[in-house]
Amino acid sequence: MLKITNLHATVGGPDNPKPILKGLTLHVPAGEIHAIMGPNGAGKSTLANVLGGKPGYDVTEGSVTFNGEDLLALEPHERAAKGLFLGFQYPVEIPGVSNVQFLREALNAQRKARGEEPLSGGEFLKLAKDKAGLLKMDMDMLKRQVNVGFSGGEKKRAEMVQMGILNPTFAVLDETDSGLDIDALRIVGAGINSIMRSPDKAVLLITHYQRLLDVVKPDKVSVLAGGRIVETGGPELALRLEAEGYDAVMA
Amino acid sequence: MADTATLTLPTRRDEAWRYADMDGVARLGVAALDTWQTIDVPAGDSVTRCMIVGSGQPELRRIRVTLGEGARAAFFVTNAGQDYTRVEMDVHLARGAHFEFGGVTIGGGDATREFVTQVTHAEPEATSNQTVRAVHWGTGTGNFLGEIKVARDAQKTDAAQDFKALLLEAGASANAVPQLEIFADDVKCAHGATVGELDEAARFYMMARGLDPATAQRLLVQAFIGDAFVALDDADEHERLLDAALGALEGAGL
Repeated sequence: MLKITNLHATVGGPDNPKPILKGLTLHVPAGEIHAIMGPNGAGKSTLANVLGGKPGYDVTEGSVTFNGEDLLALEPHERAAKGLFLGFQYPVEIPGVSNVQFLREALNAQRKARGEEPLSGGEFLKLAKDKAGLLKMDMDMLKRQVNVGFSGGEKKRAEMVQMGILNPTFAVLDETDSGLDIDALRIVGAGINSIMRSPDKAVLLITHYQRLLDVVKPDKVSVLAGGRIVETGGPELALRLEAEGYDAVMA
Repeated sequence: MADTATLTLPTRRDEAWRYADMDGVARLGVAALDTWQTIDVPAGDSVTRCMIVGSGQPELRRIRVTLGEGARAAFFVTNAGQDYTRVEMDVHLARGAHFEFGGVTIGGGDATREFVTQVTHAEPEATSNQTVRAVHWGTGTGNFLGEIKVARDAQKTDAAQDFKALLLEAGASANAVPQLEIFADDVKCAHGATVGELDEAARFYMMARGLDPATAQRLLVQAFIGDAFVALDDADEHERLLDAALGALEGAGL
């Protein structure tokens, strides 16, 4: 589904490029939840941002295909319409725009790009209510401005509600578990399972901690260090990392 | 009756015309400058006016508002001219009166759009609140020249002025000229002005959720100018002013 081959990427622009990804290769087939772990500065967030198409990241070598199509040739909104969802480590506050308006416009923009009919206001609200309930989020929160005044945990939960509403086929979740307390972690993990655990979907789950993996149960775990994947294994790899640390496992 | 002062065109040396498009002023001519609309709001009464101004020609609206004791006037204006477009308000408040102003200047090209207000708190306990938002691109310009005068015995005056500009392209500009002339000692007068660009982080966030660049920009601009019309309760008029502003946005650079 997602094929990353020998990916090199820099940040800092053409005048002052700083190489972050240095030959990253990873294949995530449909039906797989693939956790990415790694020390700070390894390039985990850069990988997420490159996949999402964030400005300021330059791919200098390598390729990424999504269902056989060149992902890197697409604009961020085109990637979303193709079914890619980027869960933000730091969800952005948008004063003056309500979650309901934002998500309805976003969903209908995606549907339009796919040649589907837009959802009416009523249909959308029903869907939003359903997905908010799944993540145990009050509908009143959805009527509020996007992420404004939300706590760290509420922002992450709102990200998952967005994912539920937009219903992507592939999610890149960048440290979705940071800032969550134990109960919220369980709810978010269960949300990921119910929204994305499917034979025709896949997830790239970037995380620092085993706690989320206890709930989500990845099929594979890869270690990202120094801008490339240095080791891939099953769920037991995450347990070893948790017990022994990155240095010991990578040595 | 025209007095002699308006029989000649103003110059940029006049403080209230400092950022005006003098070519546009010349095309308006002295006759237009002499035309004032007068609105008297009797004690205890309330008026609300909503206006969409601007066209392909220079336009000038000069409005003189006199508020009686405890009267209230609210003006909401979308200024979306494609040529020099100026709205002037000269407001006089009696005891306990309130003046509310919400204005949006929006547009590209090379036109100047401006609001020029002079709000005189002549008696005690009057309040005024002015919120202006400017959104420009191309080499378009948005100005807000707001003067607040507080007379010697106008104690407990509460006057506020807030201007924010959003420049979508490097060639656009915005000018804010707050002026306070306060002769009373127990008053509150607040003013603020900022000029900025579109929030790129918010724009990327929206695009990552599937919004195309034009829709993301429209939503962000809608949110930005919304402040100017917060005090407008009439939902239909609110939508009409907002639609006029967002309609002007079509064709703006991304």
